[in-house]
Amino acid sequence: MTEAGPARLIAVPVRHYGRWLSAIIVLAVLGWLVLAFSRADIDYGVTGEFFTAENVIRGAGRTLLISVLAQAMGIALGVLFAVMRLSHNPVTSSVAWFYIWLFRGTPVLVQLLIWYNLALIFPTIAGQPTSDLMTPFLAALLGLGINEGAYMAEIVRSGIGSVDDGQTEASQALGLTRAQTLRRVVLPQAMRVIIPPTGNEFINMLKTSSLAYTIQYSELLLSAVSVYTNNLRVIELLFTVSLWYLVLTSVFSIGQYFLERRFARGSARELAPTPMSRLAANLRGRPRL
Amino acid sequence: MVLAQDVHKSFGRLEVLKGIDLEVGRGEVCCLLGPSGSGKSTFLRCINHLEKVSAGRLSVDGQLVGYRERDGRLYELKERETAHARADIGMVFQRFNLFPHMTALGNVAEAPVRVRRENRADVTTRARALLDRVGLGDKHDVYPAQLSGGQQQRVAIARALAMQPKLMLFDEPTSALDPELVGDVLDVMRSLADDGMTMVVVTHEMAFAREVADTVVFMDAGVVVERGTPTQVIDNPAHERTRAFLGRVS
Repeated sequence: MTEAGPARLIAVPVRHYGRWLSAIIVLAVLGWLVLAFSRADIDYGVTGEFFTAENVIRGAGRTLLISVLAQAMGIALGVLFAVMRLSHNPVTSSVAWFYIWLFRGTPVLVQLLIWYNLALIFPTIAGQPTSDLMTPFLAALLGLGINEGAYMAEIVRSGIGSVDDGQTEASQALGLTRAQTLRRVVLPQAMRVIIPPTGNEFINMLKTSSLAYTIQYSELLLSAVSVYTNNLRVIELLFTVSLWYLVLTSVFSIGQYFLERRFARGSARELAPTPMSRLAANLRGRPRL
Repeated sequence: MVLAQDVHKSFGRLEVLKGIDLEVGRGEVCCLLGPSGSGKSTFLRCINHLEKVSAGRLSVDGQLVGYRERDGRLYELKERETAHARADIGMVFQRFNLFPHMTALGNVAEAPVRVRRENRADVTTRARALLDRVGLGDKHDVYPAQLSGGQQQRVAIARALAMQPKLMLFDEPTSALDPELVGDVLDVMRSLADDGMTMVVVTHEMAFAREVADTVVFMDAGVVVERGTPTQVIDNPAHERTRAFLGRVS
């Protein structure tokens, strides 16, 4: 039996005409850009060709290497100086404060140049001429790593600060020493706060490491520069390099996602499914997660 | 077991404990009552040196906690020595303070393995037995966030017991719990008392104090106002301040 009463009331969602308009504008701008880039005198074949050139791949490898090592050094120094900064010993905490103040307060490019020219301050170290010891690699590692340590110290300090004081009290009441409390109780919980900004720091490091090209460390950018000084395909090679940086940062962003999940243990009642498991569930025809 | 002689504690210019004298015998259950701000939690925290006393003797089992006495002065011990003394004193907090990144079993097993360097397999067996004892036989591998407040507090008690302490301190263990969860925690505490554990309990649970405590201490404004059996202090208070407080809470 059909209702004889008033017609069913249909609810109409808000209409978003603005979205259509903005989409059209975005597409128009995009089209214009594509046109401009295709009309410009850029040989994209060269970009692709050098993407897999041995010398460029080796440069990308060195960029990855110096970034990983410098970031590892930065994390180690960061934890050390964060703990020192929080120490009750005024000497220790002042030293940490000074380190952070100095290395955060000066440009990393200047620091790289100073490390590279360390021979001008200390002509010899342990009897060896400093200019022999201070290779571009070592100067880049020290410059990037020590600078990074200052930023990591602040990140680690905020992470430690985010852990409830009750955790330290409970740990000490059980008889754990301060070092054990830090390592077993406080730092694992601080990780949840420390990891997301550390991921950002590493992505920054991948790109900042390009500054090391100024001190002759043959990373990705220098490998491209050495090619284009010969063939004069400047933009093509800079695009090659940009693609490589995008690949490196994208790969790491995925790794960071899984790392963050690992350290979310115990904070949420149940972890959200990963995009992959969501996709798998959908493919198997299970209800949407 | 616990002996306090003229214990003073100040935070800056504020004197919180104004000369506490107290003795708790072995196997005794002592409940500390008093209005908030009376200094009872501070005193409890002084017993295991989470707060440093400003003056006075405070010893557990004949040993000063956190200090060494020499030439009429108290010298604070090194952190490692204090940690060693604390290992024998269990503490249960109002807000549980379980380690959220470890399972219930991990929480209980952590200190015996790290502090006492015991064999992990032995500790795990003991930790499982303790969790069974506090009624959490099916929650061994669950993280604290997945437990109710009452269950968390029982894990916290098992965690303290895993160190086989000679003294247990309870700092308002049921104050953060929903009323229907209080009973399970008090049952565990009652069974501990029956087993002869020495306990100092800061609480507002009058029924528990009346039933389980051997001695009840009423504190106000940083001093012990009166001390006696539950019948004396709760049912026939001698002091006006005790009467006023009991009148407000019950």
